[in-house]
Amino acid sequence: MDTFKATMSQEKAELTQTPLQKIWVPGMSTQVLRRRGSSVPQFTNSPTVIVMVGLPARGKTYISKKLTRYLNWIGVPTKVFNVGQYRRDAVKSYKNFEFFRPDNEEAMKIRKACAVTALHDVSAYLTQEQGQVAVFDATNTTRDRREMILSFAKENGYKVFFVESICDDPDIIAANITQVKLTSPDYEDCDREEALEDFLKRIECYKTNYLPLDDERDRSLSYIKIFNVGSRYLVNHVLDHIQSRIVYYLMNIHVTPRSIYLCRHGESELNVVGRIGGDSGLSRHGNKFASALAAFIQEQSIKELKVWTSHMKRTIQTAEALGVPYEQWKALNEIDAGVCEEMMYEEIQQHYPEEFALRDQDKYRYRYPKGESYEDLVQRLEPVIMELERQENVLVICHQAVMRCLLAYFLDKTAEELPYLNCPLHSVLKLTPVAYGCKVESIFLNIEAVNTHRDKPVNVDVSRESEEALDTVPAHV
Amino acid sequence: MATDSWQEAGKTRKSHLRSCEKKSSWASYMTNSPTVIVMTGLPARGKTYMSKKLTRYLNWIGVPTKVFNLGVYRREAVKMYKSYDFFRHDNKEAMEIRKQCALVALEDVQAYLTEEGGQIAVFDATNTTRERRDLILSFAKENSYKVFFVESVCDDPDVIAANILEVKVSSPDYPERHRERVMDDFLKRITCYEVTYQPLDPDHDDKDLSFIKVINVGRRFLVNRVQDYIQSRIVYYLMNIHVHPRTIYLCRHGESQHNVLGKIGGDSELSARGKQFAHALREFIKQQKLADLKVWTSQLRRTIQTAEELGSPYEQWKILNEIDAGVCEEMTYEMIQDSYPEEFALRDQDKYHYRYPGGESYQDMVQRLEPVIMELERQGNVLVISHQAVMRCLLAYFLDKSADELPYLKCPLHTVLKLTPVAYGCKVETFYLNIEAVNTHRDRPPDKSGTDPAPTLQRRNSFTPLASHDQVKRPRLYSAGNRPRLPLTTSPGALHFPEPQQGALRQQTQVTFPVFFFSRSRSSLAACESLVAVSASE
Repeated sequence: MDTFKATMSQEKAELTQTPLQKIWVPGMSTQVLRRRGSSVPQFTNSPTVIVMVGLPARGKTYISKKLTRYLNWIGVPTKVFNVGQYRRDAVKSYKNFEFFRPDNEEAMKIRKACAVTALHDVSAYLTQEQGQVAVFDATNTTRDRREMILSFAKENGYKVFFVESICDDPDIIAANITQVKLTSPDYEDCDREEALEDFLKRIECYKTNYLPLDDERDRSLSYIKIFNVGSRYLVNHVLDHIQSRIVYYLMNIHVTPRSIYLCRHGESELNVVGRIGGDSGLSRHGNKFASALAAFIQEQSIKELKVWTSHMKRTIQTAEALGVPYEQWKALNEIDAGVCEEMMYEEIQQHYPEEFALRDQDKYRYRYPKGESYEDLVQRLEPVIMELERQENVLVICHQAVMRCLLAYFLDKTAEELPYLNCPLHSVLKLTPVAYGCKVESIFLNIEAVNTHRDKPVNVDVSRESEEALDTVPAHV
Repeated sequence: MATDSWQEAGKTRKSHLRSCEKKSSWASYMTNSPTVIVMTGLPARGKTYMSKKLTRYLNWIGVPTKVFNLGVYRREAVKMYKSYDFFRHDNKEAMEIRKQCALVALEDVQAYLTEEGGQIAVFDATNTTRERRDLILSFAKENSYKVFFVESVCDDPDVIAANILEVKVSSPDYPERHRERVMDDFLKRITCYEVTYQPLDPDHDDKDLSFIKVINVGRRFLVNRVQDYIQSRIVYYLMNIHVHPRTIYLCRHGESQHNVLGKIGGDSELSARGKQFAHALREFIKQQKLADLKVWTSQLRRTIQTAEELGSPYEQWKILNEIDAGVCEEMTYEMIQDSYPEEFALRDQDKYHYRYPGGESYQDMVQRLEPVIMELERQGNVLVISHQAVMRCLLAYFLDKSADELPYLKCPLHTVLKLTPVAYGCKVETFYLNIEAVNTHRDRPPDKSGTDPAPTLQRRNSFTPLASHDQVKRPRLYSAGNRPRLPLTTSPGALHFPEPQQGALRQQTQVTFPVFFFSRSRSSLAACESLVAVSASE
């Protein structure tokens, strides 16, 4: 038994907990296979190239951008490579649809060269820049072009997943063209009628040579075919976890116009005294806000609004004032500050100065002792995001950190920006999907509240003085 | 404290009407119509396999689901199966019997969905003719049920033969179990169906139906018109399961120092015996001679220390962490009894729903663990080194245990459970690795259902007013720490169905009912359970 013990300690390095993320690692190793739920594929997997396929105005760029935003948010480094962009760089000014005629040999050469350049950049991103997924956004409507991409991927050991969008509903196509094509740099100097006409002719150019992914010939490829904006899907040969996530995501998004309202609970009693976390009720001002919110919602006359809250008293009290049904999600609870729960920043600095400094060094990854990090929050919120994608009009009454995470998803903010997004009390953010992104309107409901936003201080060193650490703490009672 | 809560409750009493309309994205299907999943496909295409797996998954995540297998009804009606001739499409008498069976089964579906609080009924039969499917569609329409078809299409003769050997040879239809004879008769049976088989047609006749076609055991899927959340989950689940042989190993970390002291939770190191176990685990794994094994741990020290000893790569999952005992973390049961006697008692009353103050419940854990289950379905050979409560939840999924049984499943230290999918379920083998450890299992206390609890307001950890009950993505949920003013059924487990109640209540849209409801008897809870379904329908 003694010899056994001795051997054990010789063989194995002690487990140490990384100070920032509170992850147990053997010895001084920094490489840990850490799984955030099911969202992060193991880094030993090959990178994936998602290849969009489809005629123009079929929503390829829309899907590319949304998918990229989702994958980045859940922690999978992803980037879009839009060949149209490369073409605009190569051919400084667009004249008309003739460029896209299949018999325009010179143009064909240029277009192929653009694709090749784009693929080079894909390779650089995946191989040298630690990218994990590259989205190759182009029509890719011919078998030749797809073969070229498949060979490229094979040479580099990348997996390929095709996303084909098929749509024959003329109304949808017209709507797409109006929303995103007429304002494209290609049609800067044209009037709408001209632009529309030209674009429709452009689509015709592609149609002649369009070969959709074929059930028989392409049976060994991995792909999803989306028909008519999601009324039907054909999924073939899904290879791995990330592809299955992508399929699930694509099957949950929609394009029905709607708005998402994000706000925090009304000012809470703990807010007033500058304490974080806990489960206190609303302060006087907080209650006023709840009533103001009710009035605001009424006047917005939102069709079939769903209201979501967390399990914490302050969000529920806020929702109660609305007088409409609401749903509670435990996943919307505020970030768990572990041992720092219900402390003021001054107390955290006093009792845990090191932790306080570490948090300022990397607020996104920093995990409170016995608590959570923003990174953990994002994982916890993933089902909320998925459900938000499925839903139409929703009001989410949540908390500061949670709201920052949700906002970062809709506004495509990086992990570095996320923990410092401004989400003040008593303000409602109205998000409306438009074109390729989200329009944001900020509405302050004119009820006073304390400021709970703490900017990153200048000095984040563990050795800093108290005053330097507390420099950016907002005022409180 | 009790009076405060009563006062608070009084204040929120006015909102009880609103609370009855509350829906959750899970429960919204509840107030929405129930769903009938209709399996479709020739025999030996995996319909029953998928029905059972899907039902198990849905029940585990808290959606009351039940399978109605037409073959069972047929065997009831026709006591002895003679041969495939029964299934010939020109056998009028048999056709009549088979249709009758379908009607009886549909009646049972109706009883389940309308009176027994079921949310999803899986109608497991071939349903290969348009005529039969139209019958089901009318039935559903009359009752305002949604319908989702799951069609399994397979033309690979090897797969079909394997299916027949695995599940048909041992079917009650073939008591002599003579393989060749069974194979022969069954293949002829399939031919009978083939004659009249009308697959779902996405382009014309069936383009407005909601369905998924599973082609060649998941090689390919066609998904048409997914209507709602639950259908999208079903699709996601079906797209992640596979039938390749593989093994799942579940075990806990080695004995920890806290285990030795009788303390729950925390993040302590392995004891000396725990380290020995880690070593023994390594040997055990070697002996299993697996080609490929993924190893998963939580992010707590004790599981990681255990995995370290294996000497191969492992992945840490935060969601595999042990149940958070909130204020009771790192206490012994004696200390909890001393400091929080009420909480201690509450937990014993309903261990599944009970949430520690500032912590979690088993019910929270099941939700938390869902991505692990999904990923386990996708993977091949996996060893999951976790914790007692976590392992109980995972085990309950694989062995189809109800929420009532789940918190009392035996998961002792230093024991590895080897799960091998077989036929329609899971074979379990227990391997005790012969390293002594303390026992951490607390049995269910003797039945206390006779004594009504004193009508104190039972709060959840977060001291929330009782205005809104816990509806996080599951129906009928509440934590024992917070008896809802709108009483719900007991556990969402598969086996818990109270006696049928007056179905009439379910159809109303506005109901007034008492704010508080403290009796724990099953039947009264059941009565209220149908009230929950009442709500402004969408």
